[in-house]
Amino acid sequence: MIAPGTRVRVKLDWPETRGKCHIRTPHYVRGEAGVVERHLGDFPNPEDLAFARPAAVRALYHVRFDPKPFWPEGAAPEELVIEIFEHWLEVAA
Amino acid sequence: MSDILETPSDRLLEAVRGLLVAKGVMTTEEIAERIRITDGGSPAQGAKMVAKAWVDPEYKALMLRDGTAAAEMLAIPMRGLPPLGVLEDTADVHNLVVCTLCSCYPRAVLGYPPFWFKSAAYRARAVRDPRGLIGEWGTVLPEGVRLRVVDSTADYRWMVLPRRPEGTEGWSEEQLAAIVREGDMIGVTIPSIA
Repeated sequence: MIAPGTRVRVKLDWPETRGKCHIRTPHYVRGEAGVVERHLGDFPNPEDLAFARPAAVRALYHVRFDPKPFWPEGAAPEELVIEIFEHWLEVAA
Repeated sequence: MSDILETPSDRLLEAVRGLLVAKGVMTTEEIAERIRITDGGSPAQGAKMVAKAWVDPEYKALMLRDGTAAAEMLAIPMRGLPPLGVLEDTADVHNLVVCTLCSCYPRAVLGYPPFWFKSAAYRARAVRDPRGLIGEWGTVLPEGVRLRVVDSTADYRWMVLPRRPEGTEGWSEEQLAAIVREGDMIGVTIPSIA
């Protein structure tokens, strides 16, 4: 379990390039660093559910990002909060 | 595959319903019940929750802790649906909900999503230029208010608990519920009595 306040990084991974998949992690946040706000619960992995495969139950976190660097035009909000599954997160150094 | 995509939707629906029953996944009665529940969702449900939270601090605390339980307390059917999360607006923070990946929406409490919620333009601008976006509804956040955009990407469904407008002191729950609009619970607008 990742504790609230922990700095994390979303994996810079593109399963889309390796074949058919169903991913709930937005492109714009891949490889970006954020802070875990809280553990939302545990849910069957949608990446497997979408293909009717046996789905392991995975922890889902609310992760907060500063989106200003994502879109440099200067109109991004102060905070962006996204639901991200544990297997997409690495605890940042 | 292309046959499925080109089949008229009513025929496709009829075929899927027939298969659900034939394969014993659901009974005809269960399908009818689920359609009834889905059609019963509307912004009026969410508005009742917001109004109650404005007058009842204990209910508000429950709503922020467990939106599903708070909805069920008002007899809104939530069984089998994704958990409902509630985002509280304060003097310092304004919340805006989007689903950049598709159109995840808290249908039990807000009904079917408005057409624009599913548009590529809304989904892109909500994260990239949300102040410009909500400005098109005439919504201007006071200086210093932080804008918190919640991208509904996975298993939760989110609604906003907006701030109670000034000038509504002493109003009944019914009066309060009547001023809460769909957009207020998405975050594109702010309740007002003007």
